[in-house]
This record gives sequence, C-alpha cells and structure tokens, in this order.
Amino acid sequence: MAPAAAGGVAKTVAPPPAPRTRKSVTGTRRTAAALFLLPALVLLGALVVYPIGYSVVRSLYDRSGDSFAGVDNYRALFTDDGIRTALRNNVVWVVFAPTIATALGLVFAVLTERIRWGTAFKLIVFMPMAISMLAAGIIFRLVYDQDPDKGVANAVWVGVHDTFAESSAFPRAHPGRDSPLRPAGGGAFVTRAAVHSGETVVLPLVGVAPDRMPDSARNAVPPTPEPGKITGTTWQDFTRGKGVGTLAGVDPGELGYAGMRIEAVRDGTVVASAKAAPDGTFTLPAAADGAHLRLPASNFKEPYNGLDWLGPSLVTPAIIGAYIWMWAGFAMVLIAAGLAGIPRDLLEAARVDGADEWQVFRRITVPLLAPVLGVVTVTLMINVLKVFDLVFIIAPGSSQDDADVLALELYRKGFSEDEPGIASAIAVFLLLLVIPVMWFNIRRLRREVRR
Amino acid sequence: MAAGALALSLTACGGDDDKSGGTGGKSTESGSSLTLPRLDGTTLEVAAVWTGDEQKNFKRVLAEFTTRTGAKVTFVPAQDPIVNFLGSKIAGGQPPDVALLPQPGAIKQAVDKGWAQPLGADARSELARNYSQAWQDIGKVDGKQYGAYYKAANKSLIWYNAKVFENAGASEPTTWQELLTTAQTVYDSGVTPFSVAGADGWPLTDWFENIYLSQAGPEKYDRLARHEIKWTDPSVRDALTTLAQVWGKKDWVAGGGTGALQTSFTDSVEQTFTGGDQPKSAMVYEGDFVQVNIGQTKARVGTDAKVFPFPAAGDTAPVVTGGDAAVILKDSPGAQALVKFLASPDAATIQAKLGGYLSPNKNVPNSAYPNEVQRRIAKALIDSGDDFRFDMSDQAPQSFGGTPGKGEWKDLQDFLANPSDVAGAQRRLEADAAAAYGS
Repeated sequence: MAPAAAGGVAKTVAPPPAPRTRKSVTGTRRTAAALFLLPALVLLGALVVYPIGYSVVRSLYDRSGDSFAGVDNYRALFTDDGIRTALRNNVVWVVFAPTIATALGLVFAVLTERIRWGTAFKLIVFMPMAISMLAAGIIFRLVYDQDPDKGVANAVWVGVHDTFAESSAFPRAHPGRDSPLRPAGGGAFVTRAAVHSGETVVLPLVGVAPDRMPDSARNAVPPTPEPGKITGTTWQDFTRGKGVGTLAGVDPGELGYAGMRIEAVRDGTVVASAKAAPDGTFTLPAAADGAHLRLPASNFKEPYNGLDWLGPSLVTPAIIGAYIWMWAGFAMVLIAAGLAGIPRDLLEAARVDGADEWQVFRRITVPLLAPVLGVVTVTLMINVLKVFDLVFIIAPGSSQDDADVLALELYRKGFSEDEPGIASAIAVFLLLLVIPVMWFNIRRLRREVRR
Repeated sequence: MAAGALALSLTACGGDDDKSGGTGGKSTESGSSLTLPRLDGTTLEVAAVWTGDEQKNFKRVLAEFTTRTGAKVTFVPAQDPIVNFLGSKIAGGQPPDVALLPQPGAIKQAVDKGWAQPLGADARSELARNYSQAWQDIGKVDGKQYGAYYKAANKSLIWYNAKVFENAGASEPTTWQELLTTAQTVYDSGVTPFSVAGADGWPLTDWFENIYLSQAGPEKYDRLARHEIKWTDPSVRDALTTLAQVWGKKDWVAGGGTGALQTSFTDSVEQTFTGGDQPKSAMVYEGDFVQVNIGQTKARVGTDAKVFPFPAAGDTAPVVTGGDAAVILKDSPGAQALVKFLASPDAATIQAKLGGYLSPNKNVPNSAYPNEVQRRIAKALIDSGDDFRFDMSDQAPQSFGGTPGKGEWKDLQDFLANPSDVAGAQRRLEADAAAAYGS
C-alpha cells in the first residue's frame, strides 16, 4: 500500500489517464500543490538559491565589486599560499577525521553492546555532542596549553617523559660577569685556566633562583688548600636582593651547588671527577693536576617542557583530535542503532559454525553495517568540509595559517582582508566539493527508501 | 514642532554664553569655560567598541553631557572591526550620530565612503584649544577636520615586576643598552627577563615600531608607514637587528621563541605578575592598557607592577600611540555639541578620574589621574608634544597590519621564531607590504 501511494505522488507530473470529469480536479490539485509549495519555495529561494547565485556572481567580480574580473578570483585559489595550505589541510581533515571518528564509533558501539553498563558508557561518549563547537574549542585550547601546569595534554606527556628522563637541578645556571668559566659548547662550562694540586679553584655561577635550589644546599664555604689535592667551591654567586656581592668571592648567605658534577679534563679525556658537597666544596685528587675543570652539560639540562601541540607542525592533528572527541559519539550512536537492526541469528549461526569473535566482527558485523558506516562517514565528511569554529578558536594567531582550512580562509579573506571576490570564489569552490558527497548521500537515501 | 523647540532652546542658551559654565542645568567644574547649547528633547546615539569598566566610565561622561544639555544619549555597543559594524548600520538606515573610530585608517575609510561629516567651527575651536597640532592632524582627512581624539593609548611602556627587580638589584633603564644590562641582571638572578606575546601578532608590531621610531626617527617612520620606503631598507635591518638582541636570546624570552609564539597577550601579562618571587618573566612590553590585565592578577599597579617608558634605542625615547576619535556620522547641533564636549577637558577629566583611561587632551590636569603610574604615563604622552607617532600597523592596510596569521603579524612571528634571519624577515615583510599597499 505504502509503495503504491509513493508511486502515485511521484507520478503526479504525468497522471494516468483519468475520467474526463476529474480533469478539473487534477487542475485544482496542481494549483493546490503549487500553493502548498509556495512558502517553502520562497523561503528556499530567498535563503538558499539567491545567496548561492549571488556568491557565484560576486566571485566573478573584483575586490570593490565594480568591475568584472572573470576567473581571476578562481586563479587566486590555486596560486595564493594561504589558500593552498587551507586546501591541503582540508584534504588531511577529510581523509582522517571522518574515518577515525567512524572507526572509533564502530569499536565503541560493538563493545558497549556487550557490557553491562553499556548505556552509561554510551551516554558519556555521546556527551561532547551536547557541547557547542565553540565551547569545545575553548576546552581544547586549554587542554593543549603549552604550560604543563595548565594543559592536561602536556601534563601527561611531561609526566611520562620525566619518569624516564629526569631533569637536572641547575637548568639555567650560567657564568656571570668576568667569570673564570667559559662556555665549552653543548651547554657545558670549562675553566679558562688549568688547575694545579695544592691550589684552590672557585667555580661561581649565577642564574638559579633561590626557590629552585635543591633542598640540600647549604651556605657556601670558601675552599681551603690541601697539599697534593685540588680543592674548590662551586656556588651561586648571587644573593637575592643584594646582587653579586664580591665578584667570584663567597659572600655569606650564598648557597653551594649541592650535587654539581665537576670533571677534570686533560687533552679531551676526563682524568678525575667529583661531586660538590651541600656547601659547594669539592676535592679532586692529584691526578687532575694541570687539567681544566669542566661542569658537564648534564648539570644544566633544561626541564622538559612537553610538545608544541599548537605549534605549526602539530596544530592540525591536535584540532582533528578535538573534533574526534566531539563526533565519535555521534558515529557510535548511529552505528549502535544499525547494530541493533542486525539479525542476531546470523551472528549465532556464524558462532555455531566455529567462527571466533574477530571473524564474526570482520566477516558478519562489518559487512552488514556497511551501509550505516557509509552514511556516517559521508555525513561526517560534509561536516568536516565546512569545519571552522574549532580551528578558529583552538589555533593561536601564530599558527592560524598553519591550521588554516577553507572555511576559515573564506572568513579571513572576506572579513578581515576585505577580499569579498576571493571569499566568494572559495565559497563556490566549497560548494562544488560538497556536491558529489551530497549526491552520493541522496542516492543512497533514495535506494534505501525504494527498498 | 520639535525643531522649533530645539531652536528655541538654542537661542535661549545663546544668551547665557558669557556666563562661564552657567549654561542651563548645573555645572560641576567651577572653572569650566565650556559652553554647550540646551538640547532638551534631542536624542543621540554614540557607538564604540568599549566594554566592561571602560564602557561604564564612558557612560558617566555621557551622563554629564545629559545633565549639562538635556539631550538624551544612548550608548551603542559595537563590535570590531567597527567600520564593518557601522557599514551595516548605515546600510540599514540607522547610523549612530557619533562613533568612536580606533584608527586613522578607519576615519579615512568613513570619509571615503561618505559617512563622516566634518566638525563644525565650534568643535574645531575647542579641539584647537586643547590638543597639540599632531593630535589634531591625525583626525584630519584631506585637510578637513573629521575626528576629535577622545582617548589615547601610550604604547611605549615596559611593565615590570617590582619584586623581581628588587631581588635582582636591577634598576629602570633609559637607554637600550641599559635595558640589556638590566635584563642580564634579572637573568643572573634566576628569572627570565621578558615575556613576549607572540601568539598575538600586534604586540610584536608594537615592539618593532618603538625601536624603529627611536632609531630611524619620526620622518622615516611616517614614510615607512606610507610604504614610501621599502621594508628592505637598512633602517629596518637595524631595527630588526636591535630587536634580535632581545628576541634572539633563547633564555631571555619566557618559553624561548617557540614558547613565546604560544603566549597570548593576556598570558604574557599574567605570567609576569603571578608567581611571587619566581614569576615566569620579569618584564612585559605593551601599552597603558596592560593595567586592565594586571587587574586580573593579585598584583597592584604602582607597588607590585611598575612601569618605565620604552628606552631610547636611538637618539630619543619613542612615543608610539593609539587612540579613538569621535566622528560625526549624522550631522546635527546635538552631535556637534557632543563632539565639542568630548574634546573638552571637562569630559576627559571625568573619565581620567575613574582610571584606566588616558586623554590626549593637554588641558586635562595631570592630577586628575588616580595614581602615580597613570600620571607618569599621561605625562610622557603629553610631553611628547608633536613628536609622538601613531601605531604604524594601525595605519597600514588591514591585510598587512591587522590580520592574524598574515602580513606583518605573521612575518614578525616568523622572525621571533628565527631571529637570526633578518634579511629573510625583511624580504617577506616587503613582499607582503607590496601586495597589501598595491605598489
């Protein structure tokens, strides 16, 4: 019955031969149809067709809109660096964002079907969909913050990193004015003069804030000479609020570099080494006689600061991550609905035939879900082509053009650079990109209805 | 009928002209010589992009106008860029009577499009009485006075964490060389000297402009602003090389070059004034409006957060400014009177007392500003007389001087990431400038 009715509607254009008396009725039906369609047509015309038409026209005119520019604006699409980056990023987006979101959605849907608290889990995964893109953008701006104290992504990353590689105690220590030390390359420092046994050495540095000194550090003590040995002190030659004091001399209150490693180097080889005591003093054996003292770079290693999530190279993947966080839930819900429609007996039959779970998933579930997966992917593709807000909000100004996508470039060209011609051309180009995907979706929908 | 009433009130007040400050209503300042017409029954609209306290304080100035003239004034909150906002208002046939435009470029645009109306003789004479020639001139287009600068920004300031300076034993520098010494002293004490807001492009252009104005002088500055000299000029090379003396030292900029590129303007201020003895940086460069952001931290301006003028990198210390000019979009006696009022010291003094505001009006008493820091900033601005220069990137076409991730903003960000490549930065700046200026 229903298909017959549908067919009847489709055929109003060429109605079947009808009794003469009903001809006028058909006429009225046409008028009635036109009348009913009118509001929709007017609205669509004013809000959809006219703007599209005007964009096409505008894209053929120059910046001011006064003179005809032909295809110049379209040529700019492929010569302007900004637009080319945007185009490349859009390709990355369209390839990765929908596929990963769909794949994750599929995994979630299949797994949650099996567990007891599946609905609760689904609810949580779906929740980001309830947040606007703008809010999600602000959240992820924070998540990706460079400062590990603010951004959770870097907090985790630094945490993992520091578990395996510890940072040193004196990251920014460096020789002050007229220091007996000079940089030796690679972050190490070395004495200008050779040292001799029976003499004392001072290795003053500056640049470690008192709050960052190791807890074990004590007030520095000037070295006392010992026969047959080299003695010295390495300390922070700077007092808070007082400055350097005696240059290269230990002033009261200045702290020793507890735990600083000192190497005696002769002709490029380490002949002796020592570690500074809490008061900064150290002793080297006579073997170090005539060597230069080196403070190796390991003393000064900078604390690891995490990744530049929003730097030029990672910004697009980072934003795609935020997008997936939002949209995996959407994919999951649609796929779960499709999953509910799969005949259970097919799965049972496969299991009875001895297929393991992976095979059931791979050979039965996925093929049966293929139409749903297709719809989800294509829907997400359309969605991804017009992505704007996430990129606009998450990318900081300095990497906005590395993260650029077409919709954002449209906005930038149209509203901040005052290039409405080029902006219209981008809009038309985006429309052209969406059309095949939409055509695919509509065709599939038609087929579904026919079935 | 309404026009008749207006004319009547105008003549009525004309008779009062000689009695100083006695025009109708009550006058708060006894010494005021400002005469305003009675405008009972008139309604005016003023558009500006100000929000928060700035808007609230400005409304108090408008309220004073209402008590003096009887005209009802409505504040219309606008969005950036205000020219686009006004465009849609004008297209809709509802332009505000007066708008506050933030750049000379915007005034010119408004004049070119036929929106702006020139100021009348009354407002012009008030302007001439209270403003230095240069401040009058930047409100002119083709020799005609269109804008009266109501609000100014002093963008030649370096803010510092007083505690850090004290701990390090550092002092306020007056020359570029002293600035480098101060920075080294601060660095030796274990604090990173500078915060550079590289995620936003505009603070970087302001850094450059200060050094360039100081080194190359006002004349070259003007010519570069008009793109009459190229960015590949040796003067630009010198300025960038000087800039690299700070930007180029990895340990002198909080987070290094890449970290600075992730630092927004707000963060750059915040990280300088939070963290007790151990903030992430000791100094941050930007204009007087940094106070607003310091207000978000626990630091207090004047005691914890102090300021010194941008040091002289050349012969004289630079004064780079910004500002908002009142422009009439719908000519009427009321609109003219309002602009006249805004150009008077009476109006500016009201807002100056409320804080967070700087007036280019030289007859605003310095004592009107609420604290020492503000008085110092205002004094530096007024003392510069005609030698200050308006923000260069604000004078440039927007695609070069005002778009995130493009033009000058982007080129200086690239330079911050790689400060050794002066020639490359110059080349990119010139290429972008040539495209934007169309020459």
